Amino acid sequence: MYIIIVGCGKVGVSLAERLSEENHDLIMVDMNPQKVENVSNRFDALGIVGNGASFNIQMEAGVEKADLFIAVTGEDELNLLCCLMAKRNKNCKTIARVRNPIYSKEIGFIREQLGISMIINPELTAAREILKLLKFPSAIKIDTFAKGRVELLRFRVKPEMGFGGKSVMEIMGKLKSEVLICAVERASEVAIPNGSFVIEDNDILSIVGSLEGTADFFERIGVRSKKVQNSLIVGGGTIAHYLTLSLLKIGFRVRIIEQKKERCEYLCQVLPGADIINADGSNEDVLLEEGLAAADSLIALTNMDEENIFLSLYAKKHSNAKLITKINRIGFNDVVESFDIDSLIYPKYLTADYILQYVRALQNSIGSNIETLYKILDDRAEALEFSVREASEVTDVPLMDLNLKDNLLICCINRGGTILTPRGQNMIKVGDTVIIVTTNKGLRDIRDILKA
Amino acid sequence: MNYPMIIYIVGWIFGIEAALMSPSLIVALIYRERSGWAFVVSIALCLAIAFLCARKRPANKVFYTREGFVTVALSWICMSLMGALPFVFSGTIPNMVDALFETVSGFTTTGASILPAVEGLPNCVLFWRSFTHWIGGMGVLVFLLCLLPMTGSGYHMSLMKAESPGPSVSKLVPTVRDTAKILYGIYLFLTVLEIVFLLIGRMPLFDALTTAFGTAGTGGFGIKNDSIGGYSSYLQSVITIFMIMFGVNFNVYFYLLMKKPRQAFECEEARWYLAIIAVATAIIAFCIRGFYPSLREAFHHAFFQVGSIITTTGFATADFNLWPNVPKTILVMLMFVGACAGSTGGGIKVSRFILLLRTISREMFELLHPNGVRKIKLEGHAVDHNTMKAVNVYLIAYVMIFAFSVLLIAFDDYDLVTNFTAVAATFNNIGPGLELVGPTANFSLYSSGAKLVLIFDMLAGRLEIFPLLLLFVRDTWRKF
Repeated sequence: MYIIIVGCGKVGVSLAERLSEENHDLIMVDMNPQKVENVSNRFDALGIVGNGASFNIQMEAGVEKADLFIAVTGEDELNLLCCLMAKRNKNCKTIARVRNPIYSKEIGFIREQLGISMIINPELTAAREILKLLKFPSAIKIDTFAKGRVELLRFRVKPEMGFGGKSVMEIMGKLKSEVLICAVERASEVAIPNGSFVIEDNDILSIVGSLEGTADFFERIGVRSKKVQNSLIVGGGTIAHYLTLSLLKIGFRVRIIEQKKERCEYLCQVLPGADIINADGSNEDVLLEEGLAAADSLIALTNMDEENIFLSLYAKKHSNAKLITKINRIGFNDVVESFDIDSLIYPKYLTADYILQYVRALQNSIGSNIETLYKILDDRAEALEFSVREASEVTDVPLMDLNLKDNLLICCINRGGTILTPRGQNMIKVGDTVIIVTTNKGLRDIRDILKA
Repeated sequence: MNYPMIIYIVGWIFGIEAALMSPSLIVALIYRERSGWAFVVSIALCLAIAFLCARKRPANKVFYTREGFVTVALSWICMSLMGALPFVFSGTIPNMVDALFETVSGFTTTGASILPAVEGLPNCVLFWRSFTHWIGGMGVLVFLLCLLPMTGSGYHMSLMKAESPGPSVSKLVPTVRDTAKILYGIYLFLTVLEIVFLLIGRMPLFDALTTAFGTAGTGGFGIKNDSIGGYSSYLQSVITIFMIMFGVNFNVYFYLLMKKPRQAFECEEARWYLAIIAVATAIIAFCIRGFYPSLREAFHHAFFQVGSIITTTGFATADFNLWPNVPKTILVMLMFVGACAGSTGGGIKVSRFILLLRTISREMFELLHPNGVRKIKLEGHAVDHNTMKAVNVYLIAYVMIFAFSVLLIAFDDYDLVTNFTAVAATFNNIGPGLELVGPTANFSLYSSGAKLVLIFDMLAGRLEIFPLLLLFVRDTWRKF
């Protein structure tokens, strides 16, 4: 596809990175020549310096050929204007990033009136992601498939789960749960396990299953069935704003520690029901006085990654809270992951993921039949959702008779809304969507799961 | 909320209370009174509870303002409950609510009594009754701070803040412990000084001790049915002077001790306080001149009554209920003014009134000069916004609790003056009111329910409302 991206900030760059891997033609537009040069050198993209809202610049970027126009500059209004111009200029699909909470209430109206295909809001997306994690505190990360009906959950094996030293078959046989262990991370290795694979403590497992299935799984292994009912949020930014709104709706007690007085006063106005504390959240005494020890969850959302990480490390030592840490800049990932501070949230990644899903869906109508694709486990594996549109050598054959590639697992079959955890005698049928986890990259079609 | 730590400190309070009851036991031994057994049992109970609660120091010493307030409020409640036991066990006041009323009245230095006649009570009980004033005057937790060699993150200040009267707490020396020691030192010295002066006036030792305790704590329990009226005018004058001295901000004495007389005399609050006393005495003396043979005697009684009421002591040499309306009105107003912050007296405190008057004047200045800037000052320093806010909110809470209490006790169906002054006399920790609760009467006429309301008022008045109110807020007890 021919894709124009306006704005070479963090989101723009991570989008370019992911999209160029999937062989799209990219045009990057930004006012800052330095940024444009950087991004067009790093990825195979064409760079244009200028204002993306200008008619001439859009023409120069080749808007008349574009399939998709993405505006992700730092300013909402500019993004909207870019998309509006592109839309009027040539009727392509447009995606705008709009993050101001004032617009978020009227987002439906804006999208409809300006004819924008999709509006993304990184902060809102991050808040939703955090909400998911709070509802499911045992998980480090949750991805969803099949329009939210299937979950891919990542969690760390704790000694009290009693998994250590047992094989996958033993564990699943004992639990009789409708989920599948689809990946195991140990140190820096990723394995797609078969039945005889032996699990050890501190491995990170990924499981796939229906919503009920995963809930049931955690109930059976009996970890942290205690629900999270209150949150201590450090840093009162936009994510905290969105998150608190939804937390208050589901009856959480929320306490936000924010350093800026004016911001506190604003939050007080827009978030009645939350306790707003005007203090430095990196002060141990403040955290303890505001009930860190008794908190069910600590969410570190300050603008400083280092501070967020330290907060979570501190909270890990002093409480049993579910920890969620926001990381803005992406770097030293492996070090941060090794701290074992529950869940990390990368708003920039999330936004890129979200846009990528849209791009793939758009592509679907053009050819490939990938419905959703997640890079999981730090890009070392992929979880793909294929829709099976036509009969082929993989359909109507019992799974045990398929000659599947190594390191590939069929995790889930979605047959008209019913989620099947595949067994050897199950078959893939036309009309199903199938979720596959694999370390082999570059699968384009359901038929690619077979050995050549 | 760090419960183990709160229980530990409250446990210590029980221990201290056991120690504080022992002088009464000695009195019982001296006079060979059978009521001494009541103290033996009470002391044993206190020690047992203290042993249970304070056996082991909790490992988690985290202590914040929240814990400070709860500890102070709970300590005072527990202390009052235990302090009531000797009255019950000795049979002097068999009803528990009555005994509690008397004890709370003692600890909060109110001096309101439900006993129709005190003469004829066992001496040990009378001693305990007056001694509670002396304990309550300075506060038990401040005392605990001098004793307990505890170090921890700032809980000294949390406790001191919650227990000390006045809009803001200032430390005299860098550590709270040493500040507490100095304050208790001054307190003890002044008490002894008064005892000496009373003995010089040929007051019996027992009377001198109990009267001095009543004066020092600005309490007001007498051991005679006519309060102080029966003593010579020399003794009455000594008591007047000492009452007024205990109503002065203790910082003044500290400055004198440090040989900084200039700072002592420049204390703005003390000057206002003395000025109010002078003006009120002059007006009252003029109004009651017809009641007494000489103007000098009228002045003497006016001075005593003004000193007794403004310091919230509540001793009486005359039945001011029989005086004309102007003196009575002035006395009721003085009830609200109260003594200086940082003294042993109650009431709203002179410094709060100074601040409130200055906000009014600033408001007028700002109305005349919409862009004008004016800072409110006290003792030469600008008062920060939070202190001002606290003063305003305190006044609002005060008025509301006052009104609500008057409403609640109105169900006993006594006249408005009685009810109004009953609440004023207990909430401000004074003692006698007017009409049915006047200086010659007592509080026994009220029902148990009304007494409980007044008990709450006395505690709220002594602890300056908020520590007690916090006990009723859900947020205080919630873990998160």
